[in-house]
Amino acid sequence: MAAVEHAVEHETTTGLPNTKLAMWLFLASECLLFGALISAYVLYRGADPLDGPTPADVFDIPYTSVSAFVLLASSLTMVLALSAAQRDDAVRMRLWLLTTAMLGMIFVGGQVYEFTTFYNEGLTVDVNLFGTTFYVLTGFHGVHVTVGILMLLSLVGMSLAGRLPADAAFPVEMVGLYWHFVDIVWIVIFTVVYLIPTGTAG
Amino acid sequence: MASVSVPRTAAGILRRPTATTGVWSWFTTVDHKKIGIMYGVAAFAFFLIGGLEALLIRAQLAGPELSVVNADQYNQLFTMHGVTMIFLFVMPMAAAFFNYLIPLQIGARDVAFPRLNAFSFWVFLLGGLFLYSSWFLGGAPNGGWFGYAPNSTTDPSVGMSFYALGLLITGIASAASAVNLAVTVINMRAPGMSLFRVPIFTWMGLVVQFLLVFSLPIITVALFQLLFDRRWDTAFFDPTRGGDPILWQHMFWLFGHPEVYILILPAFGIISEILPVFSRKPLFGYQFVVFSGIAIGFIGFGVWAHHMYAAGLGPVANTAFGISTAIIAVPTGVKIFNWMATMYGGDLRFRSPMLYVVGAIMMFVIGGLSGVMHSVVPSDYQQTDTYFIVAHFHYVIFGGGVFAFFAGLVFWWPKVFGRMLSERLAKIQFWIMLVGFNLTFGPMHVLGMQGMIRRSFTYPEALGLTFWNQMATVGSYLIAVAVLVFIANVVITQRKPKGLDDEDPWDARSLEWTTSSPPPEHNFDEIPTVHALDEFWHRKYVEDERGRVVRVPAGAAPDHDPARGGGSGHAIHLPSPSFWPLVAAIGLPVMGYGVLYSWWVLALGALVTVVGLYGWALEPSVAEEA
Amino acid sequence: MKSKARWTRSWPLALVLAALALSACSDPNLPQNTFAPAGPVARKQADLFWPVFWVAVGVFLVVEGGIVWMAIRFRHRRDRDRFPAQIHGNSRLEVGWTILPAVVIAVIMVPTVSLIWDLARPAGAGALNVTAEGHQWWWGFRYTDEDMRTSYDQPIVTADVLVIPVGRDVSLSLESAGGLIGGGPEQADYAVIHSFWVPRLAGKQDVVPGRTNRLVLRADEPGTYWGQCAEFCGLQHAQMRFRVVALPQAEWERWVANQKRPAVTPTDPEARRGMDLFLNGVSGGGQCIACHAVGGTEAASPAGPNLTHFADPTHECFAGCIWETSDRAALEEWLRNPTQAKLGSKMPDYNLTEDEIDALVAYLYSLT
Repeated sequence: MAAVEHAVEHETTTGLPNTKLAMWLFLASECLLFGALISAYVLYRGADPLDGPTPADVFDIPYTSVSAFVLLASSLTMVLALSAAQRDDAVRMRLWLLTTAMLGMIFVGGQVYEFTTFYNEGLTVDVNLFGTTFYVLTGFHGVHVTVGILMLLSLVGMSLAGRLPADAAFPVEMVGLYWHFVDIVWIVIFTVVYLIPTGTAG
Repeated sequence: MASVSVPRTAAGILRRPTATTGVWSWFTTVDHKKIGIMYGVAAFAFFLIGGLEALLIRAQLAGPELSVVNADQYNQLFTMHGVTMIFLFVMPMAAAFFNYLIPLQIGARDVAFPRLNAFSFWVFLLGGLFLYSSWFLGGAPNGGWFGYAPNSTTDPSVGMSFYALGLLITGIASAASAVNLAVTVINMRAPGMSLFRVPIFTWMGLVVQFLLVFSLPIITVALFQLLFDRRWDTAFFDPTRGGDPILWQHMFWLFGHPEVYILILPAFGIISEILPVFSRKPLFGYQFVVFSGIAIGFIGFGVWAHHMYAAGLGPVANTAFGISTAIIAVPTGVKIFNWMATMYGGDLRFRSPMLYVVGAIMMFVIGGLSGVMHSVVPSDYQQTDTYFIVAHFHYVIFGGGVFAFFAGLVFWWPKVFGRMLSERLAKIQFWIMLVGFNLTFGPMHVLGMQGMIRRSFTYPEALGLTFWNQMATVGSYLIAVAVLVFIANVVITQRKPKGLDDEDPWDARSLEWTTSSPPPEHNFDEIPTVHALDEFWHRKYVEDERGRVVRVPAGAAPDHDPARGGGSGHAIHLPSPSFWPLVAAIGLPVMGYGVLYSWWVLALGALVTVVGLYGWALEPSVAEEA
Repeated sequence: MKSKARWTRSWPLALVLAALALSACSDPNLPQNTFAPAGPVARKQADLFWPVFWVAVGVFLVVEGGIVWMAIRFRHRRDRDRFPAQIHGNSRLEVGWTILPAVVIAVIMVPTVSLIWDLARPAGAGALNVTAEGHQWWWGFRYTDEDMRTSYDQPIVTADVLVIPVGRDVSLSLESAGGLIGGGPEQADYAVIHSFWVPRLAGKQDVVPGRTNRLVLRADEPGTYWGQCAEFCGLQHAQMRFRVVALPQAEWERWVANQKRPAVTPTDPEARRGMDLFLNGVSGGGQCIACHAVGGTEAASPAGPNLTHFADPTHECFAGCIWETSDRAALEEWLRNPTQAKLGSKMPDYNLTEDEIDALVAYLYSLT
């Protein structure tokens, strides 16, 4: 949404486009949002679950590692999309944007599958604190990825309809900032939630 | 952009609005001045509603064991009074001033993102209405503005779900507005306006926006957790499943204390702006005042647990937070001393804005001193959750904040509406309000120390609290009279024909007074070039070799010609009006109802917002000229 | 010279303020007056309050007096159209008034921090251990010491009134004891946050579900000290009151001895009938013993107030201490319609007949 508010930008005081500055402020705010969510998870991790499964019961680390890798790879394709946009290569730009969106969809699809599996194994949002904090944290991230996918697809659509501004690289760069941020957040979440053992495993 | 030939809309249903006058123009405007006025009107309306709630509260407490309202109604009243005054009055009223004044003070034509600005306003207004719809849908929020879990998660009424959702919605408005205004100040200053030539009010505005950017996400997460606990039975704050209610307190106050400075820094800005005008001296130690504002903002993130001394965090935490709370008094004290030094040796003209400003400083000092007492942890064990605290924060937020708001209203009224409010009525209002205010909240210090707890719908006669409660009730109705005087003043003033005898009625100092009153839609015919702090004053006066102030002869300063602002400015491309921010905003409360009632409604709300956002994204910000 | 004028003008004001402040304080007839401490904890807290208060008064006089003086001294006069000297600031002054409040605050912080740690010390040996339980919306007290067990091998439990010996430390464990009890969501007694406050004995300490907070207090004089929940805890937060009755040693021992005995079985026929209703259910099918305990009988539920010694003279008040126990009419009204007498009370309305109310009241008054 912010990515398209660039239409009339005059010379600015700092020389940075307003939209870019706004995006950085927004992402700074988002850092605290995820910081708070991750804190809640960390504070409650290892709490003795009175009921329901523990992380060790449900996590499938290799599976999630693959989907994390897919999301990381999408950052690379995002960079390629931006680079194509900067070269005014609309065709490659669309191609890489689509690839990025596809990789994002694979990640979200993987998350849906993972949630379903966990749910079938008895992990619900209300069964214990692990379920509560896990679903809310990863769910918020999943929603962010989904919004990112929508923005990527919108860029492709606008590009096809010829409605991107002359400087197409700019909106691509803005969406890219958001996309990289969401990826980085996932690295943190993946490390904190999946990789660091909880102590009550077993 | 060149590819856009017709002002198309996404669906082709809505034709792009073009009118800049008439009722409909208010719904589609993206002009920061109109949005500022709408913020002001809406915030004032909520001020009246919150005030009525306060009057009911005071009626109930006018004597021991009265039953004007029952316990249930009382709990809803005090909760809604707090939520209304903080989130629907003080914050949006500050936003009104920021929206209207910041672009004018920095010499910009509008804010950085005009449509986002409109979106922020509509989201705030609809969020407020959403909160108030709870009165008709099973009961208003009843767990206090601080919403302590697990009382807020277990209460059987639907009220606290409205609280969580309503504050999430208004939080979106604040966050969007904060990013917008911060970018505006950082990036859209007129040529020559370096950071230390930025008017002090705008400076405080910038600090507030940063506080919002960094504190809102925390309360957002906390409110989601509260909502999920209530709606989907998650376990965040449920002790029976290992959840910790103290987590809510940490997150709430980690937002809630910066919030206190979000409420008061705009007032500091108004005071620092107006005081020099009527002292006829520059602000003493401008840079010091700026830095102290920034320091307050920083330290404000490190004092939250002074709301939780009695929660059992232990002596280490209580010591740390006692000390940090004491430290924040230092930059606050600096501001007050700088204000006093500004007055010292001045030529003080007690026109109505000056009365309010001096009143605000004096009342704030009382609230500040009782605030320092909260750093004295052991005696705060006695004071916390009593009327002593109620007295304290009303001296800060009403005494400091609301008095400063009235100062700002009287001071900038001619700028905004091209008419002077009656000095006489404004002064009458001031004195009634000053007496009423002190009569209301002064006795509450005593009541608290004599054992009157907060949020209590009744008290037994044996506690001996009747006399001071009666005083407080009388005082509160005096405040109501003062507010009525203000409304009368506005009505009388707005009936008078538009036009100022003097375009610069206060002999003001900052850039917004270089343009006409009210300013043209494009603010400045020509973007001014700034040479000094207090730019406008320096265009009017120079100091001669001996340091005396001499007025620049009229016409000698080519830049200064207030009347010129009314020019046509047809060559300036302003952002065009748009429906889409309103459409996108409407979806949010619909989603709120959806969370409470049905997935279908939630999906509908999300659809409306997404359609609004797409319409917004696909529409060029400036319509092609026909 | 001018500052001297300010001071001479401020002194009478200071005296008036002082007189006002002092007249408001230390009236022991106000039962929740923090200025009339009756134990060491509240006294230390008040003793810290006053010096800080006077420092604040000093700052108040300097700042407010200064502003008022300047408002008069530098007011615009009609015959003058001078521009005042345009002073933009003075770094030395500004650094000075940054340091000055910092010093004042540092001075205040010394006794503050020392008292924080002093009050955080656990009670010494010989303290009486009591667990205070916050319910929606009443307080229960469980005496957990070994020598406080009853003849029927339960801890002594009281409701609404905490009885303590004079001059002995009482170490309170604060617990939120609510839990779901029957009925729908309206009737449930939720474990929420409360705050334990007896203003004349000690400042507040919150009662947090899932945690046990501690508070040590002591009463120096015999007497009744009023308290109430200070953290908003739902509908009837305002009426979650209690009292602390401090007894001299001899009376304390008599009280303990009586508490250790099981409840008396009444001989009066009316009271006997009340006991039958209480133990076996009332005409509408309601069961008092679903929530209430009476020591020595089969009634043993901890959900509601323990009624074993309901009519003991120290049990001055009931139902969150909003009525005096001696007030028979109030007791009848309470039984007639508890959820209306105290709106939203968790005690259900069993539609008692007037006859049943009379019998139950007789029974309750027999429980000395």
